[in-house]
Amino acid sequence: MIEVQNLTVRQGSFTLPKVSFRVQRGQYAVLMGKSGTGKTTILEAICGLRKISGGSIRIDDVDVTHWSPPDRNTGYMPQDLALFPTLNVRENLEFALDIRWSSRRKKAEKVAFLANMLGLEHLLKRRVQGLSGGEAQRVALGRALSFEPSALLLDEPLSALDAITHSSSQKLLKDINRQTGVTVLHVTHNQDEADALADVCIRLPEINQSEL
Amino acid sequence: MKTLRQDHARKVRDGIFFLVMGGLSSSFILLIVLLLIADITFTSFAEFRTALSKPEIQSAFKLTMASCTIAAIMSVWVATPLGYILSRYRFIGHRLIDTIVDIPIVLPPLVLGLSLLILFHQPFPFSNWTGKGFILDEFLRETLNFPVSLSWPAVILAQFTVSCAFAVRTMRVTFDQIDPRAENVARTLGCSRAEAFLRIALPQATRGMITAGTIAWARALGEFGPILVFAGSTRFRTEVLSTSVFLELSIGQLDAAVAVSLLMVAMAVIVLVILRAIGAGLNG
Repeated sequence: MIEVQNLTVRQGSFTLPKVSFRVQRGQYAVLMGKSGTGKTTILEAICGLRKISGGSIRIDDVDVTHWSPPDRNTGYMPQDLALFPTLNVRENLEFALDIRWSSRRKKAEKVAFLANMLGLEHLLKRRVQGLSGGEAQRVALGRALSFEPSALLLDEPLSALDAITHSSSQKLLKDINRQTGVTVLHVTHNQDEADALADVCIRLPEINQSEL
Repeated sequence: MKTLRQDHARKVRDGIFFLVMGGLSSSFILLIVLLLIADITFTSFAEFRTALSKPEIQSAFKLTMASCTIAAIMSVWVATPLGYILSRYRFIGHRLIDTIVDIPIVLPPLVLGLSLLILFHQPFPFSNWTGKGFILDEFLRETLNFPVSLSWPAVILAQFTVSCAFAVRTMRVTFDQIDPRAENVARTLGCSRAEAFLRIALPQATRGMITAGTIAWARALGEFGPILVFAGSTRFRTEVLSTSVFLELSIGQLDAAVAVSLLMVAMAVIVLVILRAIGAGLNG
């Protein structure tokens, strides 16, 4: 469950006006808005990477507004993916479990599960630099899911993909949501994507910065 | 339909471009090569061997290798966290710290040596209540039994002061070029700031660390002024190769001075080649 109430963020000349929405546990929510309306800012605020100037954020009924990012248990997949370049695919998938001192067996099970679900079995030993757009995107998705987060935050996850990969990835995202029951907040400006995926659609109003 | 035609004038202009660029670049390369040739032709191999067989030169060689290596390791050790902080965080005093780091780079070397000497030998302000005041050099020598000035630690400290400044600059640029987003994502995956630094940023910075170490080592090798003032140039004690050149020159031994200079060139080339190879190996 993600609940955002009267969220405001100020960043230089940009001001995100009050935003409120609620995504129920297990729902697939799509956050829509034109460029510059603060979609990425909202995701970063939810996972704790962006300081907010007002409002509150609750995840699974806990007020995490002032918590640091590692405590919030959110799986964040940024638009540029930001895979860890010095680690291979397996190490990227295991990273969050390593941090949590998970046992070797648990890590192996989790990696096997994710690799099977995301079709990454043959890539586990590969360096991340050599991956195609779709492969890199699935690794980033697996990394964000590996520690069973309370919420999965996806920033334009399908924007860099070609048409064929786009539709298969779209199906994959929906399947992940159904299979794992994770709450998803997916940012996009693509209406078709929203129509295909959303249980609930949140539209951000256009911001006229000169009025602020 | 337009007939395609080759533009010969453009070919000539391209030729002129390479001529001008190559001419300007080669003037510098030529200068350095001529300097080295002049050194080599000035001395003979026999003279070179005689100079290098002198025990004082051998002792200076050992001290130089040891002190430069220690100063370079210390520089990277300090420059890595400092470069990271300067690159990643904005805080009150950021600009001041950024400027302080550059002071050893812009300060005349002799002034730096003098400043070190004063720091170690002048009583600390407001420390007179103990009687004669707190003098850092006395404290280190008498209480900790670790003499610094006019001894080998002074050589390393003088080298470190300048080398570290260059290493910090290099590490700052290194971390500036590493996208902080990966570290941010690592934090959402459960990392503390320290874990994000150690597991994500640092492995990406290894090549930068080697470059910083190389630059620090090379700077330490060339350091002369601060060593002369702060550590002195006592044979078998604080003499390094750069001071050997000076000492040999001052007693009119031009051949020995040139031989030591050539030895320093050879050392620098070997160390730079080795470090570059390590850097290239890491990259591959």
